[in-house]
Amino acid sequence: MTVASHYSYWVTIFLAVAGLYIVIARGNLVKKLVGLSIFQTSVYLLYIAPGKLIGGTAPIVSSEFQVYSNPLPHVLILTAIVVGVATLALGLALVVRLKEAYGSIEEDEILAQDRDA
Amino acid sequence: MTSHLPILQVVVPLIAAPIMVLLRSGPIAWVLAVSVSWAALAIAAGLFVEVADGSLVSYWIGSWPPPYGIEYRIDVVNAFLVLLISLIAAVVIVYSRESVRAEIPRERHYLFYAMYALCLAGLLGIAVTGDAFNLFVFLEVSSLSSYVLIALGRDRRALMAAYQYLILGTIGATCYVIGVGLLYLETGTLNLADMAVRLAQVSGDRPVLAALAFITVGISLKLALFPLHLWLPNAYAYAPSVVTAFLAATATKVSIYVLLRFYFHVFGGSAIFDAQPMAPIWITLSLAAMFIASATAIFQDNVKRLFAYSSVAQIGYMTLGASLGSFTGLTGGIVHLFNHALTKGALFLLLGGIALRVGTIRFDAIGGIGRVMPLTSFGIVLGGLSLIGVPATVGFVSKWYLVLATLERGDWWLAFAIVGSSMLAVVYVWRFVEAAYFREPSAEVARLREAPLSMLVPAWLMVLACVYFGLDTQLTLGGAGAAAAELLRGRQ
Amino acid sequence: MKDYLVLRVIAKMMIAFMLLFALYVQFHGELGPGGGFQAGVISAAAIILYAIIYGLPAAHRVVPEWVVETMVAAGVLLFALVGVAGIVLGGNYLDYFVLDPNPVHGQERGIFWVEAGVFITVSGVMLKIFYLFAGRGRDEESES
Repeated sequence: MTVASHYSYWVTIFLAVAGLYIVIARGNLVKKLVGLSIFQTSVYLLYIAPGKLIGGTAPIVSSEFQVYSNPLPHVLILTAIVVGVATLALGLALVVRLKEAYGSIEEDEILAQDRDA
Repeated sequence: MTSHLPILQVVVPLIAAPIMVLLRSGPIAWVLAVSVSWAALAIAAGLFVEVADGSLVSYWIGSWPPPYGIEYRIDVVNAFLVLLISLIAAVVIVYSRESVRAEIPRERHYLFYAMYALCLAGLLGIAVTGDAFNLFVFLEVSSLSSYVLIALGRDRRALMAAYQYLILGTIGATCYVIGVGLLYLETGTLNLADMAVRLAQVSGDRPVLAALAFITVGISLKLALFPLHLWLPNAYAYAPSVVTAFLAATATKVSIYVLLRFYFHVFGGSAIFDAQPMAPIWITLSLAAMFIASATAIFQDNVKRLFAYSSVAQIGYMTLGASLGSFTGLTGGIVHLFNHALTKGALFLLLGGIALRVGTIRFDAIGGIGRVMPLTSFGIVLGGLSLIGVPATVGFVSKWYLVLATLERGDWWLAFAIVGSSMLAVVYVWRFVEAAYFREPSAEVARLREAPLSMLVPAWLMVLACVYFGLDTQLTLGGAGAAAAELLRGRQ
Repeated sequence: MKDYLVLRVIAKMMIAFMLLFALYVQFHGELGPGGGFQAGVISAAAIILYAIIYGLPAAHRVVPEWVVETMVAAGVLLFALVGVAGIVLGGNYLDYFVLDPNPVHGQERGIFWVEAGVFITVSGVMLKIFYLFAGRGRDEESES
């Protein structure tokens, strides 16, 4: 139970915080989506890393193997990845429409245009 | 066939969506959407009758037994919610034809209805599933389709509203998945009922505490709890009228259900949950929502935005009822969930009628609307009275129960707070009354006609339901009471 | 990029193998890594490569917009109907055991059709996303 033995969690936490920071701190709408994707990626790692057992093999039952990795996290995360792809595609589509409507993809410029209108 | 009701509840609207896309016809898509919405209502009614006596329906997807497979688990709590969602959907879809024709480009009509069917399937799916990860998938199905629906609004600000909702909604959903992931690591199961049993035996408390925090924040974002409500006012204000009415009446309500399910059933039996000062936190935030959001509502110049802020305030009443922890409080919270869905549904449907005729719903453009659209305006006034909580409307029933619950606890000041924030509702409802009845209609407004019948009838059905359920409370209070009892059973 | 001879020839050679590899990933998914999602992305990538090299209008001639939109809906419908077949044959929704007298074969049959649905929808969605984003900029340029 040392700090080093939990390194996958440290990576997860770093990705989550970095992603959230980008979403909050950047005004560029595309960069915000990039941050959002990084935030979602941290969840993939959170699920998948503990599913792997060192020395474990793919969960196809065989008399040769005793230790198997947990396949369920992979299935769940495949679903989560699809959701992430859909979210990113929809987000980018909205950014394209925003660019067409406002001529900008900077959040402050768009909000300023609405305030003047 | 009746044993398949839980899955049909979700699959019927889900199958309708691709068929609409294949047929590429707006009118046919509308007919399909009406049929699946009414079918969903019939299924929901069947389920409600089945579980009303406190029994439990469990459906195994793919015949894999729980906790290994995905289980759909219906008790009286989600049966009540499913009934509410499909009731609103059935009324809104009839109304939608005229409004969609005016607000959405013709070639996109079939896509609009397909998205609507997907959103309905997602919301119903959240309600019926008994699996934490399946719940996330349905949460995203409903959320993604609602982002699209909001972005279809005519005003270009709808795009920014949808984008902001997408960012915040995805952060919320991701926080929820992190919480579920931690619970999965701790318990090794995703089945909610199984998770509750295993959580009670878990010894290490830190991951569970972190999971509780993540799920609370994630779902609170989705249900627009103050101060995480920032996406809601713009999303409701700039979405097409139909979408606003549908989402305002269902989406946040479903999230409240998820929160109640997790708090009372999943975390309910664990000592970690009891050790946290949950009640004071929730009461504080609820009060902040009731006062600050109501006060903000008063200063809006867009009627839809005004009622959107009022939604944030009303959500505060629901969470207040739930956080009191008593049977009366929880009943009040749940019945307010039902009643507020009816009230806001009616209000936004009627506002859609004004948006159709006037083209905008800013206060300065609708002066004197009460003379040219008397039925619509009178309906909005009745709905407003229900928001305030005047006797003989549904709003009174739920607020009465909330006040009773605070008095039971001996918290006089909370009872005064409920009445006090209702006074703020008087002010913002009066703003509409003043604009509609006490101003001379401008030349443009004077030329307008009443909204078409196909919009007025569904909207007035909701208004009449607001009055009817304010007088005859057997179904609403009975259902909410049974749901509250079922939820509290998990806390023992 | 139509003028680069090397790109055009290589792309033409690659696309056939990419589509073949997509089918391999699709049908070998039961025995090794793979499945409908991966195969759908690979096959869509082949068409996207074609569009990048030979231009969007050429790709539209190969896979028109309406085909893509039909694929998006048809795959989902196929998936959902496999589930309904389970109900019709006396099981629960998505129950593969009842699809064949032999439950093991039933599982294989169910997975086959579900993966086929996933393949159709995913390749359709990927192409649709590409067409939408690629098409938007074009329209603006030609208008201005």
